[in-house]
Amino acid sequence: MTFWTWLKSLTSPPIFFVLAQRCGFWFGLISVPLLAYGLIGGLLLAPPDYQQGEGYRIIYVHVPAAWMSLFIYSLMALAGGIALIWRIKVWECLLTAAAPIGASFTALALVTGMLWGKPMWGAYWVWDARLTSELVLLFLYLGVIVLHQSIADARAAARACALLAMVGFVNVPIVHYSVEWWNTLHQGSILPKLGKPTLDRSMLTPLLVMLLGFQSFFGYALLRRVQNELLVRGEIQRG
Amino acid sequence: MDKLLTPEFWQMGGYALYVWGSYGATVLVFAWNLIAPYLKRRELLARPTQDLRS
Amino acid sequence: MSAVKAIFLRELRLAARSRADLAQPVFFYAMVSLLFPLGIAPHSGSLTLFVPAILWMGALLAALLGLERLFRGDLEDGSLEQMFLAPTPVSFLVLSKLLAAWLVLGLPLALLSPVLALLLGLSFSAAVVVMLGLVLGSLSLFFLGGFSSALLAGLPRAGVLLPLLVLPLVSPVLIFGAGAARAAISGGSVEAPLYFLAAIAVLCICLIPPAAAAALRNAFE
Repeated sequence: MTFWTWLKSLTSPPIFFVLAQRCGFWFGLISVPLLAYGLIGGLLLAPPDYQQGEGYRIIYVHVPAAWMSLFIYSLMALAGGIALIWRIKVWECLLTAAAPIGASFTALALVTGMLWGKPMWGAYWVWDARLTSELVLLFLYLGVIVLHQSIADARAAARACALLAMVGFVNVPIVHYSVEWWNTLHQGSILPKLGKPTLDRSMLTPLLVMLLGFQSFFGYALLRRVQNELLVRGEIQRG
Repeated sequence: MDKLLTPEFWQMGGYALYVWGSYGATVLVFAWNLIAPYLKRRELLARPTQDLRS
Repeated sequence: MSAVKAIFLRELRLAARSRADLAQPVFFYAMVSLLFPLGIAPHSGSLTLFVPAILWMGALLAALLGLERLFRGDLEDGSLEQMFLAPTPVSFLVLSKLLAAWLVLGLPLALLSPVLALLLGLSFSAAVVVMLGLVLGSLSLFFLGGFSSALLAGLPRAGVLLPLLVLPLVSPVLIFGAGAARAAISGGSVEAPLYFLAAIAVLCICLIPPAAAAALRNAFE
C-alpha cells in the first residue's frame, strides 16, 4: 500500500475511528510530562521578572491558550475548506469537533488576560485591537457552534459551518498582527521572525514546553470529539 | 521541591489571586475538555444505534 | 447578464409594492437613535461621546431587521430554485440581489443618518462623515448580513441567530465607522477609517457573493 493509498484510507470513518483511538491515547499520554515540565518550569524554576515579579507567571497559561485559540480556528477553517471542496465526512467532523475546544481556549485566553491585566495595567479590560479582535474570535467560535446545532441535517450543518469558519478566518491575521498594526496596550510578540526572542531562555523554555503540552492535549481532545461526532452521525457500526 | 512549602510561593509576590486564578481557570478548561467528550461517549454508547442523532 | 438585470429589477419592483416593509427599518433607526438621549443625563455633554456608536449600532440593528427575510421568501415560493437552474452563475445573481437589497434598505439608512446626526448635536462636517461612512459601511453590512441570512435561509426561527452570526463579521466595519465619526468630531484624520471602510466594502462585494451562493445552495438542498 502506497503512502497516498494509506492517506486516502484515513478518510473512511471506521478506519479513522480506530486511528483516532490510538493517536488520541498517545497525544494524551505525551501531554502529561510536557504539561508537568511546563508547570514546574514556569512556577518553580523560572526566575521572577524584574518588573512584574511573580505576577508574570500567568504567561505560562495565557500565551499557550491564546496561541491555541488562533491555531484551532485556522485548523477549523482549513477543515472547512477541505470539507467543502472534497466533501470528506471525517474533515466535517474535525471542523465540528474543533469549535468547542477552540472556544474554551479563547475564553481561557481572555480570562487569564483579564487576570493579568488587572494588576499590571490597572484594568480588567481595555478596548484595544488585540483584546477586541480576540473577543470577536470567541463570538465567531460561538456562532459556528450555535449554527451547527441549529441545522438538523449533519452534512448541511457541517457545510454551513465550513462557510462561516472560512469567512471568519479573516479575523485570525487581524488578531495576530494587531499588536503591529495598531498602538495597543498589549505586549508585542515574544518570538519575532527576525532577531532574538524578547524573553530570556530560562523563561522561554518552560513556555515552549507548555505550548507543546497544550497542543498535545488538544490533539487528544479533538480526536475524542471527532470519534463522538462520527458515532452521532451513525458512520460507525457499533457492535 | 521545598519551595512548594514556603508561603512566598503561594503568595506569588502578592499576585496570588491573579496567578492562581489563572491557573485555576486553566485547570477548569482542561477538565471540561477531558470530561465533556467522555460523558458524551458514555451517553452515545448507552443508546441503541438508530436514535443517536438527537 | 440579463438574468442579473432581471433579478435586480425584480427586487426593486417587489420593494416598490411593499413600501410599508421598506419604511420599517428607517423608522426603527430614527426611533432608536432619537430615543437614546433620553437615557443620558441632559446637558452633561456626554451625548456627543455616544453619538457615533448610537448612529452605527442603530443602523446595524435596522439593517438586521431587513436582512432576516432576505432569502426566506425566495426559498418558499420557488424563485431560489429558478436561480439555481438559470445558466448565469448563482454568485452573480446573489450579487445582484444583495445590491438591490442594499439600495432599497441600506442606502436610505445611510441617507437618513446625517439628519439624525444633526439632531443629536453633531456639526455639519461630522454629519457628512457619518453619512459617507454609513454609505460604505451599510454596503458591507448588507453583504455580510446577506451571507449570514443565506446560511440560515432554511431555518424557520432563525431570528435570534442572525445577530450572533453577523456581529463578529461586521465588527471591523463598526470599529472603523465609529472611528471615522469620532475623528470628525474631535478634528482628527477621517481619511484612514473611510479608506478602510471602502476597502472592506470592495472586498465584500467581490468575495461574499460566491460564499453566499454556496450557503444558499446548502440551505436549499
